[in-house]
Amino acid sequence: MTPYLIFVLKRFGQFLLVVFLGVTITFFVTHLTPIDPVEESIGAITQMGQSDPNAIELMRQSLRELYGMQGSIWQQYLHFWLRLATGDLGPSLSAFPTPVSTIILRSLPWTIGLMTVSTLITFVLGNAIGALAGYYRKDMVLKAVSLVFIAMLPIPYYILAFVLLIVFGFIWPVLPINGGYEMNANLDLSFALVTDILKHSILPALSLILVGAGSWLIGMRALVSNIITDDYVVFAELGGVPKGKILRSYIARNAMVPQFTGLAMSLGAIFNGTVITEIVFGYPGIGNLLIEAVHAGDYSLVLGLSALSIVGVAAAVFIIDVLSPLIDPRIKVE
Amino acid sequence: MFTIIRDLSRHNMEFLCGLLLFAVIVGLVILSYFSPYGATDIYLLPPDMPPDGEYWLGTTSRGQDVFWQLTIGLRNTLYFGIGVAFLSRIISLVVGLVAGYAGGAVDRVLMAINDSVMVIPQFPLLILFYFVLKDNMTWMALIVIMASLGWSYDARLIRSVALGLKTRPFTTQSVYSGMTMRKILVEEHLPYVLPIVFATTMNNMIWSIGMEITLSVLGFTDIETPTMGMMIYWANAHSALISGIWWWVAAPVAVIVILFLALFLLSMSMNEYNDPRSRLNRMGS
Repeated sequence: MTPYLIFVLKRFGQFLLVVFLGVTITFFVTHLTPIDPVEESIGAITQMGQSDPNAIELMRQSLRELYGMQGSIWQQYLHFWLRLATGDLGPSLSAFPTPVSTIILRSLPWTIGLMTVSTLITFVLGNAIGALAGYYRKDMVLKAVSLVFIAMLPIPYYILAFVLLIVFGFIWPVLPINGGYEMNANLDLSFALVTDILKHSILPALSLILVGAGSWLIGMRALVSNIITDDYVVFAELGGVPKGKILRSYIARNAMVPQFTGLAMSLGAIFNGTVITEIVFGYPGIGNLLIEAVHAGDYSLVLGLSALSIVGVAAAVFIIDVLSPLIDPRIKVE
Repeated sequence: MFTIIRDLSRHNMEFLCGLLLFAVIVGLVILSYFSPYGATDIYLLPPDMPPDGEYWLGTTSRGQDVFWQLTIGLRNTLYFGIGVAFLSRIISLVVGLVAGYAGGAVDRVLMAINDSVMVIPQFPLLILFYFVLKDNMTWMALIVIMASLGWSYDARLIRSVALGLKTRPFTTQSVYSGMTMRKILVEEHLPYVLPIVFATTMNNMIWSIGMEITLSVLGFTDIETPTMGMMIYWANAHSALISGIWWWVAAPVAVIVILFLALFLLSMSMNEYNDPRSRLNRMGS
């Protein structure tokens, strides 16, 4: 076996372990508590007037079956894995009997679209400004721009989003501040719909970019200022190679490599960021879905979303990790 | 310790600014012990009073004095951050030092767990805990949960230093003179990683307080204890901004920004202090 294949297999083992631990935590957190989702649902139904004891007992039985809550906790645990493997997460309680997987699939494209695009813009913007600021150390404009981005770093995301909402929603109302598209929009694919969706994504994306670009910028600036003292850069400068070319092909190229590896970590944080963003801006992705499910007490939907986010993040990190030695020759494949 | 602080505040503007901002925070927290009102008392004062001589920062729609509410909320938020940082530092120190020193299978197992914790999405998990615990979600419970999520990155950092320490001659000497592993880690290796622990404490507090604020604003924590996030939660619940009671929102937001800037500046200057290359750079200029 080639060293690379061994490396991929090792990383795959890590991926499986993450999924195993994450799903196990999710399962036991929800099962080792006094709250019984079946009794909760029964309580909700009896409050609405249904009170025939036989019917309730029958309902209890069928709900236990639906939620996969029969037998000992280990049997349930095994059962949960089997259902997860087949993609069957049971029916949603708040939108009974729509399967949880259908509901999640409806929201997932919004989240993935918003998060990938804004993560990529953040990455490019932060690294570009960072490289420039690291190379042209005396430039006042670059200094000011980097200072603004760095100053945004420590502010909690929620506060910054709040400020954006006030500025663009009330003081200068030019952008829609809520939702993913117009309420009464015609959802056939059309030019108007696409621009509408784009317009609605500007504020959430902008908030993510403003918060995230600073950390890329700091990292890139530090990398570049280390590289500019390297012999080959000094030599190129003495040899009269144009400054722009030195920055582009001598410095930025080498500094970018470790930054790509850092992309894996930021992809891992996607599900953390998305929940807050989507709540603040009412964006119709899975973050919003999770909050609605919590408020509605929708047990199976919460469980399904948590499991999905763990598998999704682990998979993203795995893919980037496996690709990074191909990009970065300095990463040793043992 | 004091010489480090003196040197830092003399040569490092960021550290000085951070220290001054943090002093403002500590001052407010000390003031909270002299608050004339109880932490959870409501409808004591005329509601919706704008800031003036009697109520320095106005009053809320729930009849509380914004200034005194702010100090008490800040106290709880700060203690929460310190609690999480303290607990998670202990976990990261134990995992990092043991993994780095023991190596081999112990290291592999610990790091596999470490990396798994690192990528597990925290926010959905925290919401899951709230979903399950509901009314039992106390601050102590949240501190323990956050601490068990927030140690992994720093444990890796500590491990990387411990790996280097292991190959140094003094470690070999300690082993030959019959010191136990526990003794070597506590007495020989711990002092070397303490500066890193201090720097990561600030970052950990930034993370945990940010999470607390976000969870609280959404109403996913114990809503009886006043904190910075809870203040914004209640202001939102009374639509303070729309009805023009801006001071109710502006006060906690301003204090949060001060707190985060202070922690950020401190952690940045500490990091620089830990990195000898950038320390030399600064002295040269």
